[in-house]
Amino acid sequence: MRKMLAAVSRVLAGAAQKPASRVLVASRNFANDATFEIKKCDLHRLEEGPPVTTVLTREDGLKYYRMMQTVRRMELKADQLYKQKIIRGFCHLCDGQFLPLIQEACCVGLEAGINPTDHLITAYRAHGFTFTRGLSVREILAELTGRRGGCAKGKGGSMHMYAKNFYGGNGIVGAQVPLGAGIALACKYNGKDEVCLTLYGDGAANQGQIFEAYNMAALWKLPCIFICENNRYGMGTSVERAAASTDYYKRGDFIPGLRVDGMDILCVREATRFAAAYCRSGKGPILMELQTYRYHGHSMSDPGVSYRTREEIQEVRSKSDPIMLLKDRMVNSNLASVEELKEIDVEVRKEIEDAAQFATADPEPPLEELGYHIYSSDPPFEVRGANQWIKFKSVS
Amino acid sequence: MAAVSGLVRRPLQQMTVRDAINQGMDEELERDEKVFLLGEEVAQYDGAYKVSRGLWKKYGDKRIIDTPISEMGFAGIAVGAAMAGLRPICEFMTFNFSMQAIDQVINSAAKTYYMSGGLQPVPIVFRGPNGASAGVAAQHSQCFAAWYGHCPGLKVVSPWNSEDAKGLIKSAIRDNNPVVVLENELMYGVPFEFPAEAQSKDFLVPIGKAKVERQGTHITVVSHSRPVGHCLEAATVLSKEGIECEVINMRTIRPMDIDTIEASVMKTNHLITVEGGWPQFGVGAEICARIMEGISEKLVLEYSQAVIIMYLNIHWIKRSETRDGQVTWFNLPCVQLPGCSCCSSHWC
Repeated sequence: MRKMLAAVSRVLAGAAQKPASRVLVASRNFANDATFEIKKCDLHRLEEGPPVTTVLTREDGLKYYRMMQTVRRMELKADQLYKQKIIRGFCHLCDGQFLPLIQEACCVGLEAGINPTDHLITAYRAHGFTFTRGLSVREILAELTGRRGGCAKGKGGSMHMYAKNFYGGNGIVGAQVPLGAGIALACKYNGKDEVCLTLYGDGAANQGQIFEAYNMAALWKLPCIFICENNRYGMGTSVERAAASTDYYKRGDFIPGLRVDGMDILCVREATRFAAAYCRSGKGPILMELQTYRYHGHSMSDPGVSYRTREEIQEVRSKSDPIMLLKDRMVNSNLASVEELKEIDVEVRKEIEDAAQFATADPEPPLEELGYHIYSSDPPFEVRGANQWIKFKSVS
Repeated sequence: MAAVSGLVRRPLQQMTVRDAINQGMDEELERDEKVFLLGEEVAQYDGAYKVSRGLWKKYGDKRIIDTPISEMGFAGIAVGAAMAGLRPICEFMTFNFSMQAIDQVINSAAKTYYMSGGLQPVPIVFRGPNGASAGVAAQHSQCFAAWYGHCPGLKVVSPWNSEDAKGLIKSAIRDNNPVVVLENELMYGVPFEFPAEAQSKDFLVPIGKAKVERQGTHITVVSHSRPVGHCLEAATVLSKEGIECEVINMRTIRPMDIDTIEASVMKTNHLITVEGGWPQFGVGAEICARIMEGISEKLVLEYSQAVIIMYLNIHWIKRSETRDGQVTWFNLPCVQLPGCSCCSSHWC
């Protein structure tokens, strides 16, 4: 009865502004939440893993759907802008469409499992994380096009975007992992129960400095969640050709690990919650391997088919698309309607269009600012340009 | 009160470079909770060269951290901690080992503030002994002043005496940028007179400012770190022959205080650079390049002859005047001892 009254009052409140279709939607009785079964994680040095069922509320479901669609559309738009040569340089994409890179579930799922006060650092495939950590699509696309409205004022580009508690965006493969352990050290030092998610790929997992970071994180019990996004290819090299052991969740050896289905956002969320709780309890670091698949080539210059077959890509795409997976779950459990989700699609598309417009029209940073931001907190000084008569001013 | 303290003359303290660095770090650790030290053997061993003696006993495990032999790993951890708001001092047992971690110093620390458009500062100090020691062989003797001095976004300092050491380490720790502090192992045990103001807890030596250690009129001698001492000894010897050297202690490699050097060369017309690093693409090469760019135009107008000689690598600048008054400047790289006249057949 209460639910009916709530629905009716919603309708009456909304009827004045909303178009007819929305009134229809609002009057339908949705479930508040639903329980889903999720895949069990493979465990390394752990007695118990994350739960195998989880509750998804309608509110959360809609939020995740919107976020995943936004990341996907944003990456597709970046793809388009790159082909139009409006974006230059590197453009490592995070989406799953033509060429697989189903990391929408990863970035949205990870964010769902932590707090905004926790920390995250990743490698160069960072656009999705930049969004989930709080920046707008506008700022991200404008950074890709190198304009002054970009989050790094046009000076960082695809690989160097920063936000509060988000440390990029790092171009050197593997270097971000000791950085992440360092951020975790700061978390422990400050004593505020914060954790740091430190992401790297299956390619980076063979870097020596990662093992140095594992060692120190375990020795000092740093609250660091090492997360390996295994999309089965390191650039053009499949994991079997690069790693003597492809059980990336076990590579931490003395560090406990989980292997997670990275295509299922709820699985990612539960695993992240589990891992964060583990770290917050002071037990030290933990490792998560997210199994995903990279639709796209390594980057824009790689069509992605010289080292694998089109059939392989097609098969993964049709069976494991995380957005479709969430959509089906929500519709089948009456958490949302198909129309409602379509509406979100429309809104997201518009948001991306507007952002792309801005990113294309915004001016580039002025040449006078070339020398800015060399040093922090310093008085202005002069920087020599291409010859001794050209001087740039440098302001902090 | 002031009158009384003026009457009581505080004796000049003798302080070794090692103790000066120790005192500087101790004061900064005390002053700011966010400062901490990490590196190999810095805690329980009291420091490989005893520079951090007593600090672990005073501050404990949280703030003085022994690391495994993992330069790339712990340098990255230090940079990450700095990004997250702490103020780490990362010690390399010698800077030779920093080569293993150099990616973290340059790509993760130095470039980040710029790449983030001013959003992400990295307030970190990398310190340790640099350059040649006593018979430690090639792999343990490299001077990194030129390598680190090359990179924008980094500050690089090179103290000579105790005053330099204490003042520069304190300035480095308080600086919000990545600072490389190139100490010298052979200087650690050398005592110097420690002036009264250096004994203060707020004594700082500004980064980016050179010091004229000895006034002179005939030759400008520029150096950094341990060779500054050699220059002063040489100056004493030359003084007996009536040649007065002006000895400049650079103190900072980057940002270089070229103004002090330039003012001196304008006065003396002669320049010698002295360093412990390899000559090619080195600190002395940079000084010569800048002097040439900066003052060559001024010199053409004012002085009839300017000869610039560089220790270990010598450039002759010869002024030639044709009959109709046209002036040309030749920059001739050649290896000659000072005092030889240069002729055009010495093009190398």
